[in-house]
Amino acid sequence: MNYRTRTQLGGHGRDGGGREPVKSPPFAYLRPRTVGEAVTLLVANAGTAKILAGGQSLVPLMHRRLVRPRALIDVIRLPDLRHLTKDGDGLRVGALTRHRDVEVSSDPWVTGSFGILPAAATWIGSHPIRTRGTFGGSLVHADPGSEWCLLAVLLDAEIVVTGPDRTRVIAAADFFLGPHRTAMSWDELLVEVRFPSPALHAALQEFAARPGDPAVVTAAAAVELTDGRVSSARVAVGGGASPPVRVPEAEDILLGAVPTGAACAAAGARVATAVGALHAVAGDGDGYRRELARSLTARAVAQAAASALGNGHREEA
Amino acid sequence: MGVIGRSVRRLEDERLLLGRGRFCDNVDLPGQLWMRVVRSPVAHARIRRVGTVAAVAQPGVARVVTADDFETVPRIPVRQVVPGHDLSPYLQPALACGFVRYVGEPVAAVLAEDPYVAEDAAELVDLDLAELPVALDAQSAAEQRPESWRGSRCHATTVEIGYGDVDRAFAAAAHVVAVDVAVGRHGGTPLEPRGLVAEHDPVSKRLTIWGATKVPHWNRRVLAGMLGVAEHRIHMRETDAGGGFGVRGEIYPEDVLVPYLALLTGRPVKWIEDRAEHLVAANHSRQQTHRIELAFDRDCRLVGLRDEVWQDNGGYIRTHGAAVGMLTATMLPGPYRLPAYRTSVHVVTTNKTPCGTYRAPGRYEGTFVREHALDVSATRLGIDPVELRRRNLLDDAELPHRRPVVIYETPLVLDGKDYVAHFDKALAAAGYQAWRDEARAARAAGRLVGAGCAFFVEKAGLGPYDNAVVDVDSTGAVRVAMGGTNVGQGIETVMAQIVAEALDIEPAAVTVVLSDTDLLADGTGTWASRSTVVGGSAVKLAVDEVVRKAKLVTGELIEVSPDDLVVEQGRFVVAGSPDEGFSLAEVARACDAVSNVRRGLEPGLVGRGTFVVDVMTYPYGVHFAQVEVDAATAHVRVLRYCIAYEIGRAINPMLVRGQLVGGAAQGIGGALLEEFRYDKRGQPLCTTFADYTWPRAADLPEIQVAVFEDAPAPDNPLGARGAGEGGTTGCGGAIANAVRDALQLADGVGALPLRPDRVWELLQRASRPGPVE
Amino acid sequence: MTTSSDLAETAVSVVLEVNGERHQLTVHPRRTLADLLRHDLGLVGTQVGCEQGTCGTCTVLVDGEPARSCLIFAVQVDGERVETVESLAAGGELSALQRVFSELHAVQCGFCTPGFLVLATALLRNEPRADRQRIRAELSANLCRCTGYAGIVDAVESLTRS
Repeated sequence: MNYRTRTQLGGHGRDGGGREPVKSPPFAYLRPRTVGEAVTLLVANAGTAKILAGGQSLVPLMHRRLVRPRALIDVIRLPDLRHLTKDGDGLRVGALTRHRDVEVSSDPWVTGSFGILPAAATWIGSHPIRTRGTFGGSLVHADPGSEWCLLAVLLDAEIVVTGPDRTRVIAAADFFLGPHRTAMSWDELLVEVRFPSPALHAALQEFAARPGDPAVVTAAAAVELTDGRVSSARVAVGGGASPPVRVPEAEDILLGAVPTGAACAAAGARVATAVGALHAVAGDGDGYRRELARSLTARAVAQAAASALGNGHREEA
Repeated sequence: MGVIGRSVRRLEDERLLLGRGRFCDNVDLPGQLWMRVVRSPVAHARIRRVGTVAAVAQPGVARVVTADDFETVPRIPVRQVVPGHDLSPYLQPALACGFVRYVGEPVAAVLAEDPYVAEDAAELVDLDLAELPVALDAQSAAEQRPESWRGSRCHATTVEIGYGDVDRAFAAAAHVVAVDVAVGRHGGTPLEPRGLVAEHDPVSKRLTIWGATKVPHWNRRVLAGMLGVAEHRIHMRETDAGGGFGVRGEIYPEDVLVPYLALLTGRPVKWIEDRAEHLVAANHSRQQTHRIELAFDRDCRLVGLRDEVWQDNGGYIRTHGAAVGMLTATMLPGPYRLPAYRTSVHVVTTNKTPCGTYRAPGRYEGTFVREHALDVSATRLGIDPVELRRRNLLDDAELPHRRPVVIYETPLVLDGKDYVAHFDKALAAAGYQAWRDEARAARAAGRLVGAGCAFFVEKAGLGPYDNAVVDVDSTGAVRVAMGGTNVGQGIETVMAQIVAEALDIEPAAVTVVLSDTDLLADGTGTWASRSTVVGGSAVKLAVDEVVRKAKLVTGELIEVSPDDLVVEQGRFVVAGSPDEGFSLAEVARACDAVSNVRRGLEPGLVGRGTFVVDVMTYPYGVHFAQVEVDAATAHVRVLRYCIAYEIGRAINPMLVRGQLVGGAAQGIGGALLEEFRYDKRGQPLCTTFADYTWPRAADLPEIQVAVFEDAPAPDNPLGARGAGEGGTTGCGGAIANAVRDALQLADGVGALPLRPDRVWELLQRASRPGPVE
Repeated sequence: MTTSSDLAETAVSVVLEVNGERHQLTVHPRRTLADLLRHDLGLVGTQVGCEQGTCGTCTVLVDGEPARSCLIFAVQVDGERVETVESLAAGGELSALQRVFSELHAVQCGFCTPGFLVLATALLRNEPRADRQRIRAELSANLCRCTGYAGIVDAVESLTRS
């Protein structure tokens, strides 16, 4: 086979380990003052511009020249997009909310009804990453192992995006199309994520090679108990080659059950089967990953159930 | 208390804490060009054409060079020659010539006005490569004769070391245990990327180089020959280095490119590699597959050991030649009584990054393999692994012990004392029995907890010599230059302590200059844990010479015998009469040229020392580990870790501990987390720190250290044994043994690193036991 | 692909307060804050270990919070306040943190040291009573290859204990 250099002309792809750059290619720097201006710039650049918020995911890709936008639209200073706001029963998270804002929030609505969010924040990278990275940025980056993406799917979040003609709402279940691929259009800006109802008893478990590393597998669960039995169950899993998904088979087996160790294990087993199928399709099938999904799901369900029973505490590790 | 033996605060710290370290990237010269290397994107290919036209046309690009510009420059030679092995067919050129043999191999170099432009232009260099089949496994590649070797086999050489009648010992043995075990490819990967800055001054015709370390004098000699420049016209400047570990400082292709291009263009040339380059271009190490066999008599005593090793050495043979193979084979018997022995190490070239030495080279691998095989043997023989070691360790009556092998052309004489007694002290210091009891109780309660240990022998103080100069000037300022280099280990402080003790002054009052080839014309460098032992001994000789001269001159001036003089707080005075005498400054001034010539001395208050040593010294110790395996994730957590170490004499105990703990962090990384992996096309999968994973602070337990000074080294005036590598040596063995204990495996763990997916496989096997071999 | 010849048109003016001093510079948008600090302002204390945001060697404080300067284009922090390792020693005197780093052997090659000093400075400001486990967890943001972290943890703990 012959190898011939592929001259990069704004597309993706790289030549392999021998040519790994660390300095970004040139780009024009644009700083809009409003959401409207930001969208206008997206349109004007006809798909060759990218939104820059915290930069913690985008900039490493640019340094490696895996992504080569001709222009960056810096939105980090746009007003009114950095907030955690109670909205009826729900919580609205502004797109430019930093991970750290969620982590250290002292708002009882956040720490109580949506306490899974601050708990999950501590899994994200490290403190310096969390001071700059943004909630919206994570969703747009759509890494399969992302904690925010997982929780958005778990809790049926609604993702609000603004384009040139309209603002629309995309359900989390429809938002993630694949690793690093979303249902957003190139001319849209993510402005807000809405969690419609509280997740009083929720837990997130993940496994990474080292603390703060990208997750190999993530699993999350939220349950409600009535008379000691599961009256509502949500189970979601992420990591690897497929974006986060709900696993209805695991939820079904929990409904009506007493949340014993065996019940949690059964939910884990259902997730393992589902993950195996997903990853086989994606070409990433492997026994270890399936088993991680199984055990992490069982742990997450058990932790959520313990919280519902009032005798657990939210663990971080 | 004297200065030697005191945990003096480091002289290096102030500048490093203030952010004023003299790292290579801090050097910016007016008019400099930035070099960016264009590297092969494929693992093995014939080069049809390298097109530089588009790159050269970029604004800000000064030049683009290929192998055609280097036709007169020879390939990079082997520095650590092991006699009897001709490796010349396998040496690497500065830029790939005709063929590329690994992803990351330098093919061209771009010189530009700034590093961003240089990266832009490097992308435009057009490579037309005809890909060839890749060899990624040493054993299966050995007999291949790829085009790129022009007739030679991939199997470069075999190092065979042995003594005694091994085959007879095995035939007669009561028990034979065979274990197949492998060490994964990993490496030192210092935090500071490599770099070099070179400037040629056309008026003085001097070539000045910043960023050279480890063996600057050797490198200068080689460069002089390669570039056709007189040695005395090349000046390697003093430098701080962000970690060495054996990786930084050898001559790499880039170390030839930078000075050559400075000469060619007449402008300073600066090169700083980035992290992704480092992970594919700087030396890898450790990748070996062993089939080790131990033969025992009825009392579980070793009667023979043999090992066949396949070493994956990557795309070329670099400056270490067959040294890692030699070190593996010579040091494998370790601390044990062993009447018959044979190890063969087959060094094979493959299409991966070339390999070299990395902290405890050959010994990390060998200690792991041997100590793990001992634990497997203990299970097979039905004997406790601690007792098995006690029965086989060399004891007081047997030490010093001449191992009938030659290492670095010196006889291997284990110069320690009573390894059995040391083992007992180490067990007590660690409280190891309690760790084992704890582990057993945890297992009974359903947790996967285990304990393991590894006894190791290290080597230090490699000769044949090193040089030092101590001088005192007319202001009384004391300076020492030594032939080693600063790689972060604190060697400046140690040298200052040795001088300070002799002159009875504060170490902070001593200026230490390292790795400056103008100030010291010859030195042997910092590697193989030699700088305290050999360099320090040379410094001792040099400062003793200063004291001798100072006493001579003082005695003459005040008319007393030099034997009646003592050194007190930097003054040479009559014993008992501190007012009768002179300060360092006064003595130095009295050593003017005329007076000294009349005394038969060279001008100035100068002492020179060359310490010649024909044997190495052999520190030793034990690593202990307690681990827990998470049954759900197969993650291994190190709960407890302890290193016991015989240092001979600790010049600075704090620095010794620092070396042992730091070394252990790397060793644990190699045992659990670090591996350079490749896909089946030879593409490296680890090009960032997210893929090549070092331990972070939360991955390590508190590491206990117990340092002993029971056995001062007999062959150097300091009695020191060196501490640079022993912290790393035993980690593979201790961790593997602990994991095996945690999982209660019948067989070995198979390979390092014990990453979760591998441990998960072991867990599966353990729960469905097959027939025992 | 945009080439360097396009750069001249897109240079941007930024104003930065660095270690209490105001600087106005004109920079290409792709110039990282790390490169600006090191090569344009001569503040060579901040080092670069990976340019991927994985090692933390380049850590500085931006508006008082630790951040990876290799992942920040200088233009992004226009108008903001940056502190580097050079700001820690007042008048050339080592700070308490720097002194204890030396006393407890938290420095070997020194390459990671500025990043850890800045990270620890932020930690000590945010959590002055952090215990050893918490310190280890927070310091896991940065990589060190020489020390095994022991001295660094000891040094920071000595200041949270007192």
